[in-house]
Amino acid sequence: MRKVWQTPGGIHPAENKLQSVQQPIQPLPLPPRLWVALNQHAGAVAKPLVAVGERVLKGQMIARPQPDSGTALHAPSSGTVVAIGPHPIAHPSGLPADCIEIVCDGLEQWIDRDRHPDYRSLPRSELLVMISERGVAGLGGAGFPTAIKLASDRPIELLLINATECEPYITADDSLLRERAEQMLVGIDIASYLLGDPAERVIGIEDNKPEAIAALRTAIAARSDKAAAIELAIFPTKYPSGGEKQLIQIVTGRELPSGALPAELGIVCQNVGTLYALKRAIVDGEPLISRITTVTGKACLRNGNYETLIGTPVSALLGHNQLQPQRLARLIMGGPMMGVALPSSELPTVKTSNCFIAADASEVAPEQPAQPCIRCGLCAEACPASLLPQQLYWHAQSQQHEKLEAHNLFDCIECGACSYVCPSNIPLVQYFRAGKGEIRQQRAEKAKSDFARERFEFRQQRLEQQERDKQAKREARKLAAEQAKAAQAQGDNGAAEDNSAAALIAAAQARAAARMASPQQQRDKLTRAITSSRARLQAAEDKLTQAQHDGADHSQLQALQAAQAAAAQKLQLAEQKLAELAATDSASSSDASAAPELDAASRAIAKARDSAAAREAMSPSEKMASDLAALDKRLAKLQEKLELCEDSEQRQLLESSAAKLQAKRDALHTSSQGDQHGI
Amino acid sequence: MVFKPVSSPHRHGALSTARVMQWVLLALIPGIAVLTWQFGWGTLINIAIATVTALLCEAAALSLRGRPVGFYLRDYSAAVTALLLAVALPPLAPWWLVVIATASAVLIAKQVYGGLGYNPFNPAMVGYVVVLISFPLQMSSWPTPLGLLSDASQPSLGPSLAAVATGTGIDGWSGATPLDLFKHGVNGQLVSDFVAAQPLFSQALLAGLGWEWVNLAFLAGGVLLLAKGIFTWHAPVAMLGSLALMALLFWDGGSSHSGGSLLLHLFSGATMLGAFFIITDPVSSAVSTRGRLIYGALIGVLIYLIRVWGNYPDGVAFAVLLGNFAAPFIDNYTLPRSYGHSRARRATEQSK
Repeated sequence: MRKVWQTPGGIHPAENKLQSVQQPIQPLPLPPRLWVALNQHAGAVAKPLVAVGERVLKGQMIARPQPDSGTALHAPSSGTVVAIGPHPIAHPSGLPADCIEIVCDGLEQWIDRDRHPDYRSLPRSELLVMISERGVAGLGGAGFPTAIKLASDRPIELLLINATECEPYITADDSLLRERAEQMLVGIDIASYLLGDPAERVIGIEDNKPEAIAALRTAIAARSDKAAAIELAIFPTKYPSGGEKQLIQIVTGRELPSGALPAELGIVCQNVGTLYALKRAIVDGEPLISRITTVTGKACLRNGNYETLIGTPVSALLGHNQLQPQRLARLIMGGPMMGVALPSSELPTVKTSNCFIAADASEVAPEQPAQPCIRCGLCAEACPASLLPQQLYWHAQSQQHEKLEAHNLFDCIECGACSYVCPSNIPLVQYFRAGKGEIRQQRAEKAKSDFARERFEFRQQRLEQQERDKQAKREARKLAAEQAKAAQAQGDNGAAEDNSAAALIAAAQARAAARMASPQQQRDKLTRAITSSRARLQAAEDKLTQAQHDGADHSQLQALQAAQAAAAQKLQLAEQKLAELAATDSASSSDASAAPELDAASRAIAKARDSAAAREAMSPSEKMASDLAALDKRLAKLQEKLELCEDSEQRQLLESSAAKLQAKRDALHTSSQGDQHGI
Repeated sequence: MVFKPVSSPHRHGALSTARVMQWVLLALIPGIAVLTWQFGWGTLINIAIATVTALLCEAAALSLRGRPVGFYLRDYSAAVTALLLAVALPPLAPWWLVVIATASAVLIAKQVYGGLGYNPFNPAMVGYVVVLISFPLQMSSWPTPLGLLSDASQPSLGPSLAAVATGTGIDGWSGATPLDLFKHGVNGQLVSDFVAAQPLFSQALLAGLGWEWVNLAFLAGGVLLLAKGIFTWHAPVAMLGSLALMALLFWDGGSSHSGGSLLLHLFSGATMLGAFFIITDPVSSAVSTRGRLIYGALIGVLIYLIRVWGNYPDGVAFAVLLGNFAAPFIDNYTLPRSYGHSRARRATEQSK
């Protein structure tokens, strides 16, 4: 047997496992209706693939996960989809979530099962897709998609199989191993193949399951010689040995660094139920539509393990086990240490529903007010993560988040051992969950505000830069104008050897060259546009004739005609532009030869000077009248644009600027009237 | 069916705070029995006065603070404080001395700070120190142990009650404790000569007539609590270890300057009571196991320093209070190394 290591802390609550393993795993009668929750576990919600009224076969995929999160969902039995909508789900909040409701037809008609007993002949990538499409998820805890875990790109040295089942009451894995150990071993082999056949395969199991251990030993001994060795690591029963971190420590003596994934240590952990589901999915071609669920607790007259279809109402499970409603004090999904108290029994099971405890009053802790913490330290002794729960509690109460983090709050696995031992009855885990939630929220808010601040600062910077650029351009233009003027004056004076004048001339020549180059480019572009427009026009015409020939309907023809007309118009426009360019080109070239020293800047300056002089010469009322005329002209142009414009957003923009112009014009108009009236 | 939402875990261990306190009370019984056997009715009378005072004070304070009185009285913490004080105070001490000590412990050291769980100092030791400083005369008169009495019997209940009620004491019944006698008597003599001359030491097996049995009884009670898992071994072992180490270091073979033998320090005075019933008070001690080792060791050293170089013959109360002062500081630097971390962190660390 393999050497095992000690872990710190841990507790020994009453096991209460015997009552549910008195009988073998039994099937459940098919419930009349099934509700498959689209959100089986934390993470993204799957998208339904079926419509209301559609008939589905057993095993047919009815919802697909978002990429890289969640797993596919399948119809647990054949029947008809009658609703897709909110239904209460197994969540402590009691809030409803979207479920696909299926009325079973009782025929249990399977899809065509695609079996792969020769999975080693398939490429890994294909197998991984198959696992994802067949909905295999971690059945031991959080329901993490198995395909993602098995697609590890790191070298894996140890495949650690978790058969610990350390929570009291639960016997789902125990009964699975007692009866179906050899199938589970096939699952190990599939996982092993996907992980590149790691050097070691170890099954970790507590010593309180002798029957399961014996069954595993027999099954391992019966394997063919060439199959890779599977070891058993048997260790003393202690809660929470089945936690992933604890199991790694027990089996390897190593600790998973805080915040790291097991793959970083070359380890992948898989629950036995998951591996069994993996075997069923690949070798038998059956997607994950059922699991073994323990039903136990003193409020049920019968206790046992059942092959339960995903989506079975909990009330049906309990009813089958002769629930005594008057004795039921609390309904728990999962174990008594980490399970969630369900708000009602009218909920469907999900992939992670390993156990339902219909507890009577003697099986749950009586609700007592918490006493003050006396810092006895029993919680620290029980903590498997070597934290100081009493200090964490103190800081959580006073919301000292820095201190909480310094005391490694985020290494708490919420196993509940501290709450269990606390003599003062303090709900420590509840405080820690709340503390983690507060810190997470704070971090998210901080990230959000940091992002907003960065964005604001960046915008400010951009605006300032724009302003600086504009200023620089303005100054450069002014300088150029002044220098041009000076150069002109100097030229008149016959003293043009000045350095700055020479530079100015060079710049003017460069600008002229640029202007000369750009029409050439424009011409090329237009020519290209004409060619492509012609081709498009040709295509559109072809299509149109084809459609007419085929006898397409009216609207289609219309659309094609419109396309043809648009292409023709574009071509015309391009040709027109080219002609214009040719005209201006010849004009400007003659212009350039006539007055090479007159550049655009000085032309603009001259124009502005002229208009300024003209304005200077005007009387105030004349000035106003000319302003008014200019505004009217702009307004008219805008109106014209507005009429042509179809895009609603642009339209709004135009309308608002038109309104502004109108207001300006009205103001000017009134003041000019006032002037005329001598006010 | 609709149920109330409750948080996991859904089961709870058997131990409760009241049960912890009850175990402490139970474990005090051997010590109380030996004290009564050696020093007469005084201890039991102390217990009666202290318990009544403590419960009255606690109830009064709780009702003034608007807390549910019954709920908090049922945690037995006031009774534990009362009993610890009662065994620490001299038997046959005047009734008002016990009342003042207990009232100070419950009202000032505990309720003023917010009641159980919030007191930075050990309430019993605060009460003890209040009367030790205020009434040194009454605090230094311990009855003579049984073995030194001529007729081998302590005064009966009637005269004992009368002595407590009048506060006059009983003539000829009080004497020095071993630590007191050693501190003030050893001058200029070899320890061996001194011990031979004093029947309190010469007739004793380990450390001082009567007192050695008291200490052994508290040790037995402490071992019971350890076995029941009420507290861990760290603080008591560290305290006894550091006290023993100091005694060995400064033991020069028995000159008048030696601080007293190892056995004298371990089995006289309040050593065992302190080690197993006082410094193990979780509220006022350090919290982590490493912290409790340091905390216990610090108190052990302080006890020796006060006993040998201080003004008082015994130093447990002062040492414990000084240790209480240091506990939060110790806590900051003795966080355990958590799972998945390569080193222990400090509570004062800033998170990234």
